[in-house]
Amino acid sequence: MCGNEACGEGAVLAGCKFYAGYPITPQNELTAYMSKRMGETGGVFIQAESELAAINMVLGAAVAGVRAMTSSSSPGISLKQEGISYLVGCELPAVIVNMQRGGPGLGNIAPSQSDYFQAVKGGGHGDYKMIVLAPSSAQELLECTHLAFGLADKYRNPVFILGDGLLGQMMEPVTLNVKPPETMPSKPWALTGCKGREPNVIRSLLLAEGALEEHNKKLQEKFSRMKESETRVESLNAKNSDIILVAYGSVARVAKLAMEKARAKGLKVGLIRPLTVWPFPDKVIYEAASTAKKILVVEMSAGQMVEDVMLAVKGRAEVNFYGRMGGGIPTEDEILARIEAMP
Amino acid sequence: MKKTRIGKEKKAGAPKVKSDKKTPSLEAPGPLIKSLRDLENHYCAGCGHGIAHRLVCEVIDEFDIREKVIAVAPVGCAVIAYEYWNFDVTEAPHGRTPAVATGIKRARPDNIVFTYQGDGDLAAIGTAEIIHAANRGENITVIFVNNGVYGMTGGQMAPTTLAGQKTSTSLAGRSLRRDGYPLKMLEMLAVLPGVKYLERVSVNSAQEILRAKRAIRKAFKTQIDKKGFSMVEVLSMCPTYWGMSPIQAAERIRTDVSTFYPIGVVKTY
Repeated sequence: MCGNEACGEGAVLAGCKFYAGYPITPQNELTAYMSKRMGETGGVFIQAESELAAINMVLGAAVAGVRAMTSSSSPGISLKQEGISYLVGCELPAVIVNMQRGGPGLGNIAPSQSDYFQAVKGGGHGDYKMIVLAPSSAQELLECTHLAFGLADKYRNPVFILGDGLLGQMMEPVTLNVKPPETMPSKPWALTGCKGREPNVIRSLLLAEGALEEHNKKLQEKFSRMKESETRVESLNAKNSDIILVAYGSVARVAKLAMEKARAKGLKVGLIRPLTVWPFPDKVIYEAASTAKKILVVEMSAGQMVEDVMLAVKGRAEVNFYGRMGGGIPTEDEILARIEAMP
Repeated sequence: MKKTRIGKEKKAGAPKVKSDKKTPSLEAPGPLIKSLRDLENHYCAGCGHGIAHRLVCEVIDEFDIREKVIAVAPVGCAVIAYEYWNFDVTEAPHGRTPAVATGIKRARPDNIVFTYQGDGDLAAIGTAEIIHAANRGENITVIFVNNGVYGMTGGQMAPTTLAGQKTSTSLAGRSLRRDGYPLKMLEMLAVLPGVKYLERVSVNSAQEILRAKRAIRKAFKTQIDKKGFSMVEVLSMCPTYWGMSPIQAAERIRTDVSTFYPIGVVKTY
């Protein structure tokens, strides 16, 4: 199946019972898949009138205690930012998928990683964070989406899947290796009608003096717990290498090929692939930078994650960057050439 | 802040308010409105929100659906309605109220879901959401409080502001040439097949309040009977930003507002 479909199946297998979305390329296979699968599994599918409506329908379903998801691609994700900020403010679990395309503006429909800042630094208003998973294959899309629902419920916070058009549309074999949850977490906070209990209120408005600061402290404490427990990263030959490549998502696969070619040439090259780009695996990168001389960050952007790598490295190693923009995809030979050209 | 009578009549020890016995009976609930908390509200003197809140809560009590209700509060003057309502409430981003209600109702079709929206929320920033929720025939109830201004932000012109009406962003009066025409939302929605019940009411007099309650009851009944989308537009007073006394504001609804926005059933089944 294609990555978009694998993502949808991961959601279904996680017990997702609500999907709302709006057509945009290159994630349309996901919307179509959810339309089919929600019908088959007794869930709700709504083709919303807008991205704004879609994210807010998901907000409504989350309010009602149901596992819910929406997906889009870059311009559509920009429109969803308001809703994402509200989801965090209201402490609501939901899963949001971005199959990134080239920007800025309408850009094109080719793969890109230029929404990294938007995803990991908080694209909407307010101080907030969410777990951002960055799968690099259809298989991982399935697994990450499945995982995302559990994490969202665990922390009562939206979880974001940062994919790209290449990942979403590429056909790959997928093993359905994840299982539906045996029991769903209880959600005593959800709005279900106040029978037998005091009414619940879900809101992000806190007007009383000091109340919003307290709420923010609580959120920040939660983000700290996420950072402590949910950082995920893959390291290949990261110890005892002279050069460490850092890449995520589909580009990480190209970087891996470049690493293999370089090693075949006798160069000591390793790869660090963040599977969560927030929380960012800064400790792993810091440790690798203690032994490696140089770091090369490869992205399909003008250089966004490279800033987090520089923060993680804390000046311990030289950080270089190679990127392609606007739908350009780095090839392993380009990356290899960049490795060899590093002073 | 001035104490209002909303939800005041009950509870041993609470100051007795004359309303119970002397106001005309609104049929059922008697002194205790379970769905409305016994609190002062923040609304200005002469504002219609308090009355609209109470009417909705009385209807919910009469249908005995308080434990099934999930309400969606808007951004606007009613943004903290959850402080007053004694049932499950969430608040939506500005204008997205019908989309949030759609998500809740589809996820929990056996609950009773209503939105409570002002004219900025429903007729300006949330125009797309209300039209499409209505067009899908979402089985929800919308209480649309139209006072013709943005009250919460300081009395700016709303999409429903009447021609010539002065506001903080139409100092010389709303110019139809510059600002376009006031929107008649009910009449726009009436053409959609998924829409089952639409009525415009006012809360400017005892008689109109009784009529308003009947309309709100019918709207909730429409949802309870699973017939589809229902909406009541409540013409409401904003003395503060109309620059009038509460009595003058109530009179303005009779003389000006309801002549442009006619009271009555716009669509029924």
